[in-house]
Amino acid sequence: MAFNIYDFTSFNQSIDKLLYDNLPPFWALIIEMTLIGVAFLLFYALVGLFLVYAERKVCAFIQNRVGPNRVGPYGIFQTFADFIKLLMKEIIHIRKADQFLFNLAPFIVIIASFMAIAAIPFGLGLHAIDFNIGVFYVMAVSSLGVIGILLAGWSSNNKYSLIGAMRSGAQIVSYELSVGMSLVTIVILAGTMQLSEIVEAQRNGWFIFTGHIPAIIAFLIFIIAGTAETNRGPFDLAEAESELTAGFHTEYSGIKFAFFFLAEYMNMFIVASIAATVFLGGWMPLHLGPLLTDLLGNWSLKFNTGVDFIPPFFWYMGKTLLVIFLMMWFKWTFPRLRIDQLLKLEWKYLLPINLFNIILMALIVLMGWHF
Amino acid sequence: MNSESLILFFIVAVVLVGGALIFSSLVPPKSTNPQKSEPYECGIPTEGKTWLQFNVGYYLFAILFLIFDVETVFLFPWATIMKSMGIAAFIEIIIFFLILGLGLLYAWKKHALIWE
Repeated sequence: MAFNIYDFTSFNQSIDKLLYDNLPPFWALIIEMTLIGVAFLLFYALVGLFLVYAERKVCAFIQNRVGPNRVGPYGIFQTFADFIKLLMKEIIHIRKADQFLFNLAPFIVIIASFMAIAAIPFGLGLHAIDFNIGVFYVMAVSSLGVIGILLAGWSSNNKYSLIGAMRSGAQIVSYELSVGMSLVTIVILAGTMQLSEIVEAQRNGWFIFTGHIPAIIAFLIFIIAGTAETNRGPFDLAEAESELTAGFHTEYSGIKFAFFFLAEYMNMFIVASIAATVFLGGWMPLHLGPLLTDLLGNWSLKFNTGVDFIPPFFWYMGKTLLVIFLMMWFKWTFPRLRIDQLLKLEWKYLLPINLFNIILMALIVLMGWHF
Repeated sequence: MNSESLILFFIVAVVLVGGALIFSSLVPPKSTNPQKSEPYECGIPTEGKTWLQFNVGYYLFAILFLIFDVETVFLFPWATIMKSMGIAAFIEIIIFFLILGLGLLYAWKKHALIWE
């Protein structure tokens, strides 16, 4: 294979080599770990801040408002200002609350979402850890956040929080199934759970195109279930502000509240990036398939070479942000569901459809009907 | 990077939250007020205990979830080798889903899937 300037594998290896050649192994390891930790921390914080800003702008756009526009050009520094404000707020201690669990809850939600982004491939060689069970790992770790939410609601000694947390728990565990099963559908097609290999298998076409009908159904189910799993509207009855003030984080103030907020947005980012990686080809550029090549001839080849010049990281972020925009669009368009409707949707519609979908996908792979 | 480096991510997340919490508990101004530490229930003084028995419906869905989630865990290894195993894996999963579907049908018939 020709040398690829967008391949980060050799870049990473050269940094690794540089450190280990010049320093004792222990210090090289420490420095390397610090570099990775700082990089991911910055990425995490910046994406979180950006998504809060994006949500406010998208919401404003949909509701025909201007949105934040005072702090910096187009208000881009609004969320930084908000972050500083929240950091400088007093942390209120609630009387009779279970203090230990109350303080533990933000740790759990942040740890769950931060550990999940460790396995996500942002580009060729741009991932912290390339597990052979990548899909499974991300699903497992990101669903640990529900423990934090339940703890937050339970320990607050507030009835609204408790109701919100219980609803959220029921909702997240229910939709967890649909998320898992729609990913199983694609794992059948890919034959591997390693995220980098899943992306590599989509070199000649994204799974949503090559996977026949089951892949499209799985994508739709994944988006619905992913939106529900991150507690976002129209599934945000865990924090239905008109009935439960703010649900499980009613009692949280200042920076603790900010962490729940950050975790919610990062969970949305994780769901969107898994959707982008598994269904939309990860960092692979959009290539026109053989069908269109026949139709357009030379032009499609030119298009295919042209899009290769866009760095994979931009492709990846573009797809992720597209899915995130879709989820924000849901939130500001659909009315909120009731809990019985929510559970009915999952257990009576999505789950049976998913079971049939898996069999259909297995049949298609068996017969070789996929493209 | 190996999977041991997950510890790094764990530590960084703990440092992120812990650092911010320590900063927030030291730097910002403080004031004490008995009203401030009451649970916020929209201005009305809170009545009775909060930690009470809860609707049994949640418990039911938790049990159903447990069954189906374990089943999803079983599906993942099957899904990775489905392509290479071929027809045998396909027949096995149909039998597996028949048993599972029977369970779901039973829950459905028993009205376990209806929220009350």
